[in-house]
Amino acid sequence: MDIAINTGNSRYQVDKNGYYGRFGGAYIPEMLYPNVHELQTKYLDILSDPSFQQEFEALLKDYVGRPSPLYFAKRLSEKYKAKIYLKREDLNHTGAHKVNNTIGQILLAKRLGKTRIIAETGAGQHGVATATVCALMGLECVVYMGSIDIERQAPNVARMKMLGATVVPATSGSKTLKDATNEAIRDWINNPVDTHYILGTAAGPHPYPDMVARFQSVISEEIKKQLLEKTGSAHPDYVVACIGGGSNAAGAFFHYLDEEEVKLVAVEAGGKGVHSGFSAATTQLGTIGIIHASKTLLMQTSDGQIVEPHSISAGLDYPGIGPMHAHLYESGRAQFLDATDEEALAAGYELSLLEGIIPAMESAHALAKLKDLPLNTDDVVVVCLSGRGDKDLDTYIRNMKK
Amino acid sequence: MQNRIDQLFAKKQHGVLNIYCTAGFPKLNDTLPVMTALQQHGADLIELGMPFSDPLADGPVIQDSSTKALQNGMSLHTLFTQLAGFRQTIHVPVILMGYFNPVLTYGVEAFCAKCAEVGIDGIIVPDLPMAEYESEYRTVFEKYNLHLIFLVTPETSEERIRKIDSLSKGFLYAVSSSSTTGKDKNMNDQQAYFERLKSLQLSNPVLIGFGIKDKATFDTASAYANGAIIGTAFIKAIEHSQDIDKTVETFISGIIQ
Ligand SMILES: Cc1ncc(COP(=O)(O)O)c(C=O)c1O
Repeated sequence: MDIAINTGNSRYQVDKNGYYGRFGGAYIPEMLYPNVHELQTKYLDILSDPSFQQEFEALLKDYVGRPSPLYFAKRLSEKYKAKIYLKREDLNHTGAHKVNNTIGQILLAKRLGKTRIIAETGAGQHGVATATVCALMGLECVVYMGSIDIERQAPNVARMKMLGATVVPATSGSKTLKDATNEAIRDWINNPVDTHYILGTAAGPHPYPDMVARFQSVISEEIKKQLLEKTGSAHPDYVVACIGGGSNAAGAFFHYLDEEEVKLVAVEAGGKGVHSGFSAATTQLGTIGIIHASKTLLMQTSDGQIVEPHSISAGLDYPGIGPMHAHLYESGRAQFLDATDEEALAAGYELSLLEGIIPAMESAHALAKLKDLPLNTDDVVVVCLSGRGDKDLDTYIRNMKK
Repeated sequence: MQNRIDQLFAKKQHGVLNIYCTAGFPKLNDTLPVMTALQQHGADLIELGMPFSDPLADGPVIQDSSTKALQNGMSLHTLFTQLAGFRQTIHVPVILMGYFNPVLTYGVEAFCAKCAEVGIDGIIVPDLPMAEYESEYRTVFEKYNLHLIFLVTPETSEERIRKIDSLSKGFLYAVSSSSTTGKDKNMNDQQAYFERLKSLQLSNPVLIGFGIKDKATFDTASAYANGAIIGTAFIKAIEHSQDIDKTVETFISGIIQ
């Protein structure tokens, strides 16, 4: 395993100023300048240090359980008349792809001499993955979580506490993921010296989108090897991933970005329908602006106030997307689809019955679009199964057809 | 015409009092009455907050005032409507403070043009980075004679302070401690930083903000800089005010006597 280091001259990778096309940058108040500047100037050196890579790889292997399998889903393939492979991020320790990033960032934080870790979380997956690595390294951990999400995701709150983290309710604004992120940023402003902020998705100020994408790029690095072994070609016809802020999609797309024959499909949360007023389909509903210090696409009013999205899945309930994805959307390199709450639920039940795998609600959004892709029987499709559905059992049970 | 901020500092170099208030707070139509009372009772500068849904650099008090103002129906369009004609009665310099997203969505040039039209003198956008300002927006702000006021903090290096000083116009906003607004930190701990700032002999005047809440903190700040900015304490004072004029009079007289 290698953390991708050479950006070369890809059109889709971050440029030296922290932009992807016209998206990205670091729109931070001066109070955050020292922290963010330190990361900007040091992250590439740290990530490319062989001893860092060794430590990262060893933990991914022995602690996370990588490589995660690439599983040929036979019955799902029969149903959709194509060759469908599932990248099993759900089998990682803590149950989702999020841990790839938190392992990377905790090692980085240690090298920066930080002693206190903060994070935001929506569904609690990133919070759990952060609390986990903090326990592993013996570092103090504070997780901000919207007070509404604390109620919606009680088991993950209990997990974080058991792992020794302090969970702080975000009670400002709409009391969900966006506000938890605001609170984490405010904490960082108030603790400029000893604290590292482990942001959980490919969003936020430069270098986070790029740094998170690199840590997650292990996903597509493995897909390439595994697919080559299984099919004789490293190149699928489609790579499909759900997108909240965009970290699992960034990881699944990463090594295919410049291989234009591979179609990249990002699936956003359509909520109750894109035009229902209850949706999180950012590329359809959003316009350019600044959210969490990044210039990107976001959902906002005509007055520039950020609006609260809706999705059945707390992990996709975010009013923006990372700048890399805004650029992939605008350049046409990736196709953006949306799956409604209903479609995602149906896909979740279907995978459970056909393959014996209960997917996270987030990942179910990616699966839900198999029915809409113009698939041929020879097409190879890789779906990033970003997480497992344990945390969503309540939602699944509540919505089961009576 | 010379910018009113420059006129002010040409006349007055000590004890300049800048008071922050969120526009449309506590009630939608309180913007002008608050400004009028501030001028009447001795504020030298008025900083009007443009409310935003996600004010990253603000603590709970200013966040809440922002949320309240938005609930009251405040928007940039409404603010500019309220400000039309305010220069007939208000002569102190007025600065708009807010986050970059609403400005970007309004259109940076349209925003600057509107500011110039109603008589705004300066802008504080804490999340507009220096590099982006310099490469993309500086010419627009300067075209409309709007001073962009940048922040410096105790963590800002001397080299960077000098760079910020060279790009800033009007004055420099020295944040007293690395924090969000409204944090109670001991001003005495900051004196080494204030001394350092003073010794740099910057080209812009300096006002100190964050944590200035009463006469003692105002006097401390004024001893090191050209004056200070009060935000959170003022928002708390007018939050439940029944009589804006009286509240503002009492508040300011408690600071400058
Ligand atoms: C299992 C799972 N998949 C996907 C996401 C969405 O995040 P991202 O777009 O960063 O992959 C989350 C977020 O919580 C998640 O828990």
